[in-house]
Amino acid sequence: MKKYLILLFLSLLITFNAHSSSDGTNEISKKSSGEVKDCFESLNRGIFAFNQALDTLIIEPVAKGYRYLPKPIRNGTSNVLNNISLVVTIPNNILQGDIKVAGKNSARFILNSTIGILGFFDPATKIGLNDYVKEDWGQTLGAWGVGEGCYIVLPVLGPSTLRDASASLVNYSGGNAWYNITVDEDTHYFSDFDYYASRGLTGVDFRAKNIESFDNLEANSLDFYASVKSLYLQDRKKKIFNSDEIIETLDDSDWEEIDN
Amino acid sequence: MLKIKVKILILFCLLLFNSTVQAKNPSELIVEIVDKASSILSGNATDDEKITQLNEIAENSVDIKGIGFYTLGKFRKNISSEEQDRYADLFRKYFLKSFSSRLVTYTDPKINVISEKVINEKYTIVNSVLVATEKRPEVKIDWRVYTKNPDKPLIRDLIVEGLSLARTQKEEFKSVIQNNNNDINALFKTLEDFINK
Repeated sequence: MKKYLILLFLSLLITFNAHSSSDGTNEISKKSSGEVKDCFESLNRGIFAFNQALDTLIIEPVAKGYRYLPKPIRNGTSNVLNNISLVVTIPNNILQGDIKVAGKNSARFILNSTIGILGFFDPATKIGLNDYVKEDWGQTLGAWGVGEGCYIVLPVLGPSTLRDASASLVNYSGGNAWYNITVDEDTHYFSDFDYYASRGLTGVDFRAKNIESFDNLEANSLDFYASVKSLYLQDRKKKIFNSDEIIETLDDSDWEEIDN
Repeated sequence: MLKIKVKILILFCLLLFNSTVQAKNPSELIVEIVDKASSILSGNATDDEKITQLNEIAENSVDIKGIGFYTLGKFRKNISSEEQDRYADLFRKYFLKSFSSRLVTYTDPKINVISEKVINEKYTIVNSVLVATEKRPEVKIDWRVYTKNPDKPLIRDLIVEGLSLARTQKEEFKSVIQNNNNDINALFKTLEDFINK
């Protein structure tokens, strides 16, 4: 019953999402460079300030402490977390039509989970199964042409969009094998703690890799909220394109006018 | 007459040599400024001296005015020429302060230029990587170089891991203006506060 309610809620959100993109038009093309509306800016800024306080008090100090761990331990932790993320990436590779990449990622998962001892080591990269790129349900919706909808900031989790936040609910309705065997089903091998610890560690690992970049960005921003929003949305667009190519600046006509 | 001809020939050779020395392709420009910046940052100068030297590099190799007007976006069309001049001046100071203070925290950044891609006659993208350290992973940095004048290519954007700094700055400035009833003076005030802090 819970799963059906989540799916119903998700479909409603996606419907709302598809109608709430910029300028009242549906951004059904993933190549659209339309602006994402900040429909709840006041609320978002409030949550952003809360997240910043949380970061200052807890996340950043923990991330700094995490950096004191020996590099092999940090690398191993990153490897385990990447390996876990494959259980979401692979179905999304398939849904996006990237069957070859799905095969490559499946081989990577099997190899690293076994020879790599639950993903701690990364033998897959050593034999050429490298360039792993995470995929999620929001990216798949983006690849299918669903627009971002409004920009939102989630407590603790940070920047998102209505599309991405609603799509992440799939994780809790059967779409994330790691969640299924830790929280959803009592397998006697894993517990809820394992799932939430992995989520927390993912955040700390990411934060630890970006301490200087965040400090630098904050110190040099005129409006830190707007900077983070811009970077998040650019990053999502880049991930949906699945391309290393540079996404041109939002409206190149501005450069054109300067040239003239 | 011969003396005059010789003088003209020497002058011509000098001019030719000078223009040959100055003309450089975008990758050479990036390698040159990265090497200069690296040598400044790893040197023994004080932070203030380093900032002055880094600013010199920026003024010679970055299209600060162009970035400034790009960053202002649609608001550029709605302001007077006096306001444009004031903005250009404030932006230059803001850019240099931001640029040098971002860099001065790095002691010896190692950037390797990998390749370049000509987008069109006006733009070339130079691809490089900031080599990983103990603390952070490798970072891809692409440089958008404006090549309309091939003798003086200028940097117009830095794209870090696919994220454009010019675009981020543009959206940040837009946010400042829009959250202050579209008043450009609010941006001027914010820029002044940043410059003076």
